[in-house]
Amino acid sequence: MENFYSQKLLEHFRNPHNWGRIKNPDGKGEVGNIVCGDVMHLYIKVKKDKKGKEKIEDVKFETLGCPAAIATSSVLTDLVKGKTLSEALKVKREDIVKSLGGLPKMKIHCSVLAIDALCEAIYDYFKRQKKPIPKEIQKRHQRIQREKKLIEEKYKEWLK
Amino acid sequence: MKEKRKKIYLDFAATTPVDPRVLEAMLPYFSEKFGNSASLHSFGQEAKKALEESRAKLAQILNVKESEIIFTSSATESNNLALKGVAFANKDKGRHIIISSIEHDCVLNSARWLEKQGFEVTYLPVDKYGIVDLEKLKKSIRKDTLLVSVIHASNEIGTIEPIEEIGNICKEKGVFFHTDAAQSFGKIEIDLSKINVDLLTASSHKIYGPKGAALLYKKENVKIEPLLHGGGHEFGFRASTVNVPAIVGFAKAAEICQKEMKEEKKRLENLRDKLIKGVLEKIKGAHLTGHPTKRLPNNASFWFERVEGEAILLELDSFGIAVSTGSACASKSLEPSHVLLAIGLTPPQAHGSLRITLGRWTKEEEIDYLLQVLPKIIERLRKLSPFK
Repeated sequence: MENFYSQKLLEHFRNPHNWGRIKNPDGKGEVGNIVCGDVMHLYIKVKKDKKGKEKIEDVKFETLGCPAAIATSSVLTDLVKGKTLSEALKVKREDIVKSLGGLPKMKIHCSVLAIDALCEAIYDYFKRQKKPIPKEIQKRHQRIQREKKLIEEKYKEWLK
Repeated sequence: MKEKRKKIYLDFAATTPVDPRVLEAMLPYFSEKFGNSASLHSFGQEAKKALEESRAKLAQILNVKESEIIFTSSATESNNLALKGVAFANKDKGRHIIISSIEHDCVLNSARWLEKQGFEVTYLPVDKYGIVDLEKLKKSIRKDTLLVSVIHASNEIGTIEPIEEIGNICKEKGVFFHTDAAQSFGKIEIDLSKINVDLLTASSHKIYGPKGAALLYKKENVKIEPLLHGGGHEFGFRASTVNVPAIVGFAKAAEICQKEMKEEKKRLENLRDKLIKGVLEKIKGAHLTGHPTKRLPNNASFWFERVEGEAILLELDSFGIAVSTGSACASKSLEPSHVLLAIGLTPPQAHGSLRITLGRWTKEEEIDYLLQVLPKIIERLRKLSPFK
């Protein structure tokens, strides 16, 4: 296992950053892959800076999943904390993989889960603010929901 | 959380270390008595003698004829040979095969491959403990059924199948019965003179023998087609220069298991039951998988609510404890174990599965230590989860 995962990943898994719940979040993203079973919740607090830009002031996660899912969740919070929403949305799964010092091929989908959770939290933020949701986020939100439905359809027998 | 400890191996169902007595028996057959058992000169005959003595030992343990033991390289190969061998040699008589839904991947995927070759496969359901449905078996056997293959004891949940009853049903209906005994051989008694089994797979590296040796017992009257064609080794059923040192080790390992079985079985059952009791008492939301009593003496398997198996595995590894999981996260296919789904677990439940398997060198202190660290690990991981 020590060689399967990078040292950096093991550090994040054993001492994850920013884990827990934010009580009254400005946005919450709930994503999961019900086939592999991993579930991630991401909470964000958003505050406008002096220039009026919306920044992620605080971020926390809760994840039920494998070491890679927990470590990618942890590293995502590091990558987006203090960033503006538009900067945070530019974080890609490659950035997560790089920050972790690599990720086994079969675990790449875990990094996608973290990215999706962030997108869903920001989508939720815009919705709560009753602000127009940028097209890009809307598109990604629809894709995430569509994929969720597809998997639920495929495994509906098990989910009764 | 990170104190250094001696390493504790609790994954004996995956593989076992070679017993020093086995290693000693094998050593002369590498450099000194290295001959090819097919050669007619004294070097060859020396190897041939060791090979046949090993065959005799294993035949005696199983209570069968020596000519009914075919040596192979692995349980996977033996299972492939049983399924494909019977299917292709008897295809004029029928094209239907029955296997249980909790077979090892090598039986399952051999059956799936045979489906692609035009054979028909029925997958027998099991109950919540993993025991095959005998009524369904009776109903599933047809005129064109060639073979029934049911694992003797599950490698994942440890449940022991009623192979005696299955054997009787197969005999009555006139179909061949194969059982994969890779996990049970050497651990619980198997006397083939008392039960009706036509083909049986046994493996060396699960019983403190070396890797690279296994056998397929095949009753004299069962026709099979070989998978490997060549120089007519192993009665023409398995061509390849015979791996004499490994087979000598296999026979020695089986002999030791047979001699020590009664006591060792009891010792392991006590440790297993202590472990199961401890886990179920100390950890909320812990569930035993497999049958509570009809199970391998060394298998304790569970699923835990709201926690993922690979995460538990990695945490235990940091304490020096090695175990196994059937979680989808830890599988190459990213699908949960088909065995856990077959006993009725949902994918989220299978997600939290853990298999702990004990062996010859497992001590009570090791079980105590595991019982001390496992609750803490699960508590920490559950704190990270969104579900409380």
